Amino acid sequence: MKRLGIIKGVLVLVFLVFIIQGGNRLYRHRHYDVPIVSGPGVTRVARLSDFGPGLKGTMADTWVYFLEGKEPGGKALLMSNTHANEPEGLMATVIIIENAVVEQGTLIVIPQFDHSASVNTRAGDGYPLYFEVKTDWGRKKFRMGNRDASPLDQWPDPDVYIHYPDRQLLSYIDVRNTNRTWPGRPDGPLMEKVTYAAMEIMRRDKVDLAFDIHGAETMFPVTNCIVAPDKSIKIATLASLTVKAKEGFDNHVEPSPGGFRGLSHREIGDYSETLPFLLEAPIPFLDQPTGPKTEKFLLDGKDPFLLQLAKKQKLFVPYDESGWPLEKRVGQHCSVMLEIFRQYAKKNPERSILVRGIPRYAELVENGVGHYFRDPSAAEKDRVYMN
Amino acid sequence: MPLIMIFYYLLTVYLIGLLVWNFVREKKSIEDMAMYLLVLIPLLLRVLRIK
Repeated sequence: MKRLGIIKGVLVLVFLVFIIQGGNRLYRHRHYDVPIVSGPGVTRVARLSDFGPGLKGTMADTWVYFLEGKEPGGKALLMSNTHANEPEGLMATVIIIENAVVEQGTLIVIPQFDHSASVNTRAGDGYPLYFEVKTDWGRKKFRMGNRDASPLDQWPDPDVYIHYPDRQLLSYIDVRNTNRTWPGRPDGPLMEKVTYAAMEIMRRDKVDLAFDIHGAETMFPVTNCIVAPDKSIKIATLASLTVKAKEGFDNHVEPSPGGFRGLSHREIGDYSETLPFLLEAPIPFLDQPTGPKTEKFLLDGKDPFLLQLAKKQKLFVPYDESGWPLEKRVGQHCSVMLEIFRQYAKKNPERSILVRGIPRYAELVENGVGHYFRDPSAAEKDRVYMN
Repeated sequence: MPLIMIFYYLLTVYLIGLLVWNFVREKKSIEDMAMYLLVLIPLLLRVLRIK
């Protein structure tokens, strides 16, 4: 009897060590706030819940930054962290919030679009919980999120996700994927409320251009590209050709499939006047046949297994010993967005969006991503937003 | 929190109760005792709203 008590005591002790040690790390991740400094161009900051009901007080609510120019012009909505495990979009939008100054038109930026996914983890796949980017003043720490919203915030999943309003049957898990829940509805599941609020911004503010910024596997054909529906495809094509000619990187155009519902590049165009663009940069970290999913691999994109596959022509992007570093991915996103602004302004001069302070591809590759981050401890407190 | 989520949490608490009860009652198999505790981890993390 005494022996049984000792065994059970030891087992409970081991159990407590696991639950306290592991649980504590996961709890801290869920409640870790990333500071974003609203730069010289930010004129006001709102909450996503200001535009859609049912978000206030939930983990899906997030900051919306407005960068308004002195001259009226066009408007663009920039969304990143739709999938919070694709950080190049977040890096690009944080750089824009902290540095860009709009001279004409307006930029509306939602850096952590699926905030719930950004506090979700993928520890089971060996993902790191955080990653740090080297800056001129130290290291800036970000949460590494997951593709889908946390089940703590939206649960249960249905057996099959019936897309609203088209009633197309999608995978059950896509009910928590904010790139399947467009155009959303005010009384739907939480992630449909998130996309509905963004649609409301686009409809109310008469937004001209919408960017949904992502990263995609090198073994996935829809990578290193601009995904655009018919209404945006001319501008996307011109931007793609121009960045190739002027800046020397490939970013081909993929047509948005008409029969695949719920995607931002599909529904934004179909349910508003806005021209949508989904930007994809290659992120080797998300590929399956790789080595360990380390923070270093996330940042430099170097992997020996992918290199072998590249030699066998199994990847959809060029890949060599230099990998696909973060600065290259973020640089592509910044340059492509700037080029789309320019192409749109050529066709619609009265709706121009003129911005300065956003680095282009070559500058980002040379200086690194962290060079453009502002030190939150040196900024005025009321200019720092925690999310 | 939607009503259905509350039901899921109640269900989880019930399962936790069952596992703890089985752990307490188990007298012979150390393997089973360890299993009960192992299965308990995700359920407890969910009820505590950690993961």
